[in-house]
Amino acid sequence: MAVQSATRPALSTWQRTLRTLDTVNVLGPLLAAPATIILLTLLAYPLLLGVWLSLTDSTLGTPGHFIGFHNYLVLFRDPVYRGAAFYSVLYTFGAEIFKMSLGLGLALLLNRKFRGYRIARSIMLLPWVAPTVLSALAWLWLLDPQFSALSWLLQQVGLIHSNIDFLGTKWAARLSLIAVNVWRGIPYFAIGYLAGLQAIPKELLEAASIDGASTWNKFVHVTWPLLIPITTILVSFSSIWTITDFQLIWTMTHGGPVNSTQVFTTLAYQRAITGGSLGQGAAVAISIIPVMLILAWFAVRSTRE
Amino acid sequence: MRPMKWWKLYPALGVFLLFLMLPFYWMVLTSIKSRAELLNTPNPFWVFKPTFNHIVHLLTQTQYGEWFLNTLYVSVGATVLSVTVSYFAAYAIVRLRFFGARVLSTAIFLCYIVPPAILFIPLATVLIQLHWFDKLWALIPVYATFLVPFCTWLLIGFMRNIPRELEEAARVDGASHLQIMLGVILPLAAPGLISATIFSFTLSWNEYLYALVYMFSSANKTVSVGLTTELIRGDVFQWGQLMSGALLGTLPVVMVYFFFVEYYVAGMSGALKE
Repeated sequence: MAVQSATRPALSTWQRTLRTLDTVNVLGPLLAAPATIILLTLLAYPLLLGVWLSLTDSTLGTPGHFIGFHNYLVLFRDPVYRGAAFYSVLYTFGAEIFKMSLGLGLALLLNRKFRGYRIARSIMLLPWVAPTVLSALAWLWLLDPQFSALSWLLQQVGLIHSNIDFLGTKWAARLSLIAVNVWRGIPYFAIGYLAGLQAIPKELLEAASIDGASTWNKFVHVTWPLLIPITTILVSFSSIWTITDFQLIWTMTHGGPVNSTQVFTTLAYQRAITGGSLGQGAAVAISIIPVMLILAWFAVRSTRE
Repeated sequence: MRPMKWWKLYPALGVFLLFLMLPFYWMVLTSIKSRAELLNTPNPFWVFKPTFNHIVHLLTQTQYGEWFLNTLYVSVGATVLSVTVSYFAAYAIVRLRFFGARVLSTAIFLCYIVPPAILFIPLATVLIQLHWFDKLWALIPVYATFLVPFCTWLLIGFMRNIPRELEEAARVDGASHLQIMLGVILPLAAPGLISATIFSFTLSWNEYLYALVYMFSSANKTVSVGLTTELIRGDVFQWGQLMSGALLGTLPVVMVYFFFVEYYVAGMSGALKE
């Protein structure tokens, strides 16, 4: 069609329009437009609006006035906000360390040929696939103060004598939530590490074996250094999701008992939606951005390499 | 890799899998336990007199069925919208390489990093202005805000590896870019499109925060939101019903996942690579 029309001197308007449409710099932006419009109106604009809201005293229903950094100053002096910042960091840090080491452990176990490999790999991913709120409900029931099946099990083994109030006391709740987050995140790390392990040339490990390296030495000097790039990717992305996690904590503790498991996101929800103070809530949410930028910088840098 | 005796491998793997499967086993078990057995049992990890009362009650006496269909409607809608729009964008960025394509692809990557937790408050005011609040279909474009960056990114990675010779040959034969996009590249990008579809469906099905904040009438709730806001009243937990609901709500994604497990794994590793 293109060749034919090129030989003809006079083109109808319709044909000319079609030909213009078919050029890279016209068709390209047109095809990218729907995605761009969705992201501009429902992502970029709200993001800027969020920054603006955080500088106002808006409530649900009233637009509010500009009050400068008042919301932020109030927050930084608020012990609840400081507590939320503390637990957000602890939650992310604790969860990442365990997800990383247990995920790597699982990947090392799976990285061999054995009967049932495919089945093991498939069911291993379930915690990551299943809806978080629904599996968190199952954990909530497993950790029930009165009827906890885990307490029952520990009592049968003889480790404890009375039920543990997993989610009702400060530190037990904080650690329980980290454990459930680890439960959900292990598969992500295991799959990532499995891909990383399979990319390691067999010759390298064989050469190390011939030189008489022990299993541990091979891991420390050959395998681990080659896994560092994938570790950076996995940890930076996983941290972005963990520090902004809402579903798991909201379903299991609502930030309680007495704010001890409050994180940025649950606090933002409580201030803005439950409390109706949009400006305060937005300020809590926007205050995560600096942390996010640092993590994102790592993520972008690691994926480029 | 390193040799490991089966009697060392299987127990270690077994402990991992038991831990990872525990909540699912718990869902199944609780949903078929009688009320009496839930409160008093010689062994909580077993069921002695299975009953389907909770499931029947959930499906006949609550709005669970409606929530389930709502979730399905929103997930399918958001998936179709996002995968289509993302395919167009990814094609334009990778295959057409128009002026500004690189900037756009970086911008889309940055969108991928913006979490719902930062957006949900200002987005609420946008939805109020648009009169989209408490409208079920509004969740479709809202979910596109996190699905489109993800799918576009995934598809860019998949489509980058398709050889250029194919479309150059088609160009010589006089095909337009649109014909190439739909006739030549589409079938070749199928594995990427399947991955993007599965991920979009699971991510939409699992979404909670937006649905929780923007849908307040019972008739517009999704499974996760309905269970946590309507079936948990104060301190009274109907565990039999809740676990039946959790089990039924988990099944669709698990089924889709088992059906396409290879695409899922490829998608996860693909998303890591690019």
